[in-house]
Amino acid sequence: MATTLEPAKAGLSGTIEPAERAPASDRLARILAPTIIALLVVLGWEAIVRLNDIPHYILPGPSLVARELVESWPVLWPSLLITVKIATLALLAAILGGVGLALLCSLSRWIEIALFPYAVVLQVTPVVSIAPLILIYVDNTLSAVVLCAWIVAFFPILANTMLGLASADHNLRDLFELYGASRWQQLCLLRLPTALPYFLGGLRIAGGLSLIGAVVAEYVAGTAGTGTGLAFRVLEAQYRLNIPRMFAGLLLLALTGVAIYLIFGALSHLLLHRWHESAVRRER
Amino acid sequence: MSLATAPSGLARDGANGRFAEPLVRLERVGKTFANGTVALAGLDLAIGRHEFVSLLGPSGCGKSTALRLIAGLARPTSGRILGPEGAPRGAVGFVFQEPTLLPWATVFDNVWLPLRLQGVSRRQALGPVGEALAMVGLAEFAAAYPRELSGGMKMRVSIARALVTRPSLLLMDEPFAALDEITRLRLNDDLLDLWRAQSWTVVFVTHSVYESVYLSTRVVVMAPRPGRVVADLPIEAPWPRDEAFRTSPAYNALCRRVSAELHRAMGA
Repeated sequence: MATTLEPAKAGLSGTIEPAERAPASDRLARILAPTIIALLVVLGWEAIVRLNDIPHYILPGPSLVARELVESWPVLWPSLLITVKIATLALLAAILGGVGLALLCSLSRWIEIALFPYAVVLQVTPVVSIAPLILIYVDNTLSAVVLCAWIVAFFPILANTMLGLASADHNLRDLFELYGASRWQQLCLLRLPTALPYFLGGLRIAGGLSLIGAVVAEYVAGTAGTGTGLAFRVLEAQYRLNIPRMFAGLLLLALTGVAIYLIFGALSHLLLHRWHESAVRRER
Repeated sequence: MSLATAPSGLARDGANGRFAEPLVRLERVGKTFANGTVALAGLDLAIGRHEFVSLLGPSGCGKSTALRLIAGLARPTSGRILGPEGAPRGAVGFVFQEPTLLPWATVFDNVWLPLRLQGVSRRQALGPVGEALAMVGLAEFAAAYPRELSGGMKMRVSIARALVTRPSLLLMDEPFAALDEITRLRLNDDLLDLWRAQSWTVVFVTHSVYESVYLSTRVVVMAPRPGRVVADLPIEAPWPRDEAFRTSPAYNALCRRVSAELHRAMGA
């Protein structure tokens, strides 16, 4: 005979629903506030340029930059794609390398002790100083540039994933032991889910860093292999004193960085919003 | 007063009137941690089948350590433990002080976990998990996530998870210590109902005199530094136990006795 207990319902009706969406006014303000700042900056910039008659080869106004962006779009867009491709390849390699190495380290303390110092060395050595060497020894420029970007991007993923894999609750570990869980079960059902928020935090940092790494490597390489990346276009524009195009290129790079950040933020929210404190809306 | 291997807990009738045979026996068990702390020294304890035994004592008396040793989560440094160790996995259910749920998994998946680790598929688990959830009154909340539940409900999920393998021995480590008084009393009653309906043996660690007397067939009082048993008191009170019992003179007298032993243990 099974005894049935009354479910304790008190205080539950409000919280069982998935976290409600932010009220419309809040969402509007979130978009409006930064937009107003952007407008003020752009208008102020344009005003300073016009009122002081600053020549466009010293400081172009935003209107000129916008026109340049449209006019040189056929040049800038393919270059942007190349830079994005480099950053994406580097990030994919960083995810594979970072997560792979973190898993190896979590399996064996000796692997961690043996390899982790070199991961740190790789991280703290400025990529600008390694890039020329890499360009000497790696024939394919594209590979060399991707390698440089990878060096910058992989450490946050490695460090965060390692921390996450080691962060499983002690009582939960006991529980898994009590029921005779295999190492594999413990990894899949406990350690990896625990590590997910940490990994996603690392991914958000690494996403931005992979773009920065790609840009730095392109500057050093002076090209991006078979094609010409956006960073090289900026450099090229500088040689030609085409300051508006430099600004246009920079603007595109900045927008790409923001896009990467937003994409990973959305991914993080998608994966965590049902359970992780960081993604759960607090009821007030 | 050390009980050595006195069979006082063995010969007594269980609550269901069945003969109580030993299920677990700890013989001169000692546990010293790597930092030199002596958690337990020469602990003798026999747990009979169908008993509800409370381990009561101040913090540091090794009651949680004793529970972990019985569960096989730690190894004794001396002495031996006879019992469910070596029994099939799932024969022992463990309820921690915290609910200890997987935050990324639904209530259903959390309760499924012990079966899942033994290779039971989700489809095969539908029945047992549904039953366990019904037992603790959470059948409608299978799809909820732990963070959507109150503290008491999380504890119920934790209990359902311990019950899903149909264990013969249920080990509980101060399971209700972090809950408010009202929820705790309620869960005490629910636990007693379940224990009387099923054929379990329960070892319940607590630091509450009132809780231990209300729930148990036997209260084992432990003293710290080093952890050892100082008194073993049968609680011979009628069943069912309810609000009337909680306010009865008999209950008060038992509480006074256990309390006196506890004071002696702390002074010793």
